Amino acid sequence: MATTLHSALQHIRDTKVWKSIFRRGPANSNRTRSLAVFGNLFLHWLPVKVREKSLRVRASYYLGSISFILFIVLFVTGILLMFYYHPAAPHAYRDMKDLQFVVSNGVFLRNLHRLAAHLMVFAVFWHMFHVFYRGGYKPPHEFNWVVGVVLLLVTLFLSYTGYLLPWDQLAFWAVTVGTNIISAMPVVGNKIRYLLLGGNIVGENALLRFYVLHVVILPLIAFVLIGIHFWRVQKDGGLTVKPKDDDGKE
Amino acid sequence: MSDEGHSSVPEASHPVQAGNEITRRDFLNEITLGALGIAGLGSVAVTYQFLSPNVLFEPSTTFRAGNPDLYPVHSVTFLQDQQVYIVRVPEGFYAVSAVCTHLGCVTQWKPDADMIACPCHGSKFKADGTKIEGPAPRPLPHFAISLTADGELLVDKLQNINFSQVLKV
Repeated sequence: MATTLHSALQHIRDTKVWKSIFRRGPANSNRTRSLAVFGNLFLHWLPVKVREKSLRVRASYYLGSISFILFIVLFVTGILLMFYYHPAAPHAYRDMKDLQFVVSNGVFLRNLHRLAAHLMVFAVFWHMFHVFYRGGYKPPHEFNWVVGVVLLLVTLFLSYTGYLLPWDQLAFWAVTVGTNIISAMPVVGNKIRYLLLGGNIVGENALLRFYVLHVVILPLIAFVLIGIHFWRVQKDGGLTVKPKDDDGKE
Repeated sequence: MSDEGHSSVPEASHPVQAGNEITRRDFLNEITLGALGIAGLGSVAVTYQFLSPNVLFEPSTTFRAGNPDLYPVHSVTFLQDQQVYIVRVPEGFYAVSAVCTHLGCVTQWKPDADMIACPCHGSKFKADGTKIEGPAPRPLPHFAISLTADGELLVDKLQNINFSQVLKV
């Protein structure tokens, strides 16, 4: 059975189509394994080699990876929720209630999106504290620290814009209070509030604007910055590894 | 390739003269960058205009508050749809905003305590809008109030008036 499977896979690898996609032989040496990483769009910003120490739990608690996985969960569940949601004034609240009580597995997806969002804010903050306290912001990682801070802000903006979309009392007052905080900014505050809300009150324009920010603009910014963030980890020489990461031995 | 085209390439070997001579390449680069810059600024301006709505489908800021006889003397009446208090004192009428000056929550009139209280962050005001305590930076503003030709109260929420102004009826 195993040999049949093996020979079947080998047969696929020998086809012209497979070879046109992957352009390399089997990953049986360090060279071909490196080529496999270099030649793949989704792997090329990851390091070809990592130190074993940096893979230990203590080195990072995998907080960055956890944040990224939560981001992917939010991306997938968010796209699914969009199939049932209209960002318009009477519909938004009803669609949210439909998702909870009418749509099959809707409540599961909505709660998954909501919980993953809460967890992502938590994970990103924890990631930042962990990097800060172990000095991961020091040269040569300064630029990546700044990218990370911007990603934290993007995460918070994503949370905030998503908070309006259920269009309930909590959402309405949170955005009323939040945008009044913006208008306290000197000189440009009121202008920014007007642009953000598309008017003077939290109404339909505001809902649509927050929706577009939430589902298009901010995720795009997040995706680009996450790409840079991962790539710079590799270019800056990998994770900050300390001697005590060896299973607690100093 | 002509000689002029050649001479502009190695800039280091081309001694900078006192007259700040610029090559054709520098000139074209600057013209291009300038044009792109102007176009970029223009796009920002156009986008800013596009994103600022010219017509708003928002509730009117001017409203009629009914006949003055509806409001007894020494009363504070909360008009929920308009988020305004109509206050009647012996001297006359004034209209106080019900929107807290702190962060925009809607306040409530507490007749037992004889004050206006905000549920969000605990600001408290007297019936005339002056602050008693809390984080609110300003008193609740008074809106312009007048009588229509047919004798109804008319409130304009875009126009703030002095605290001493009272509509005598």
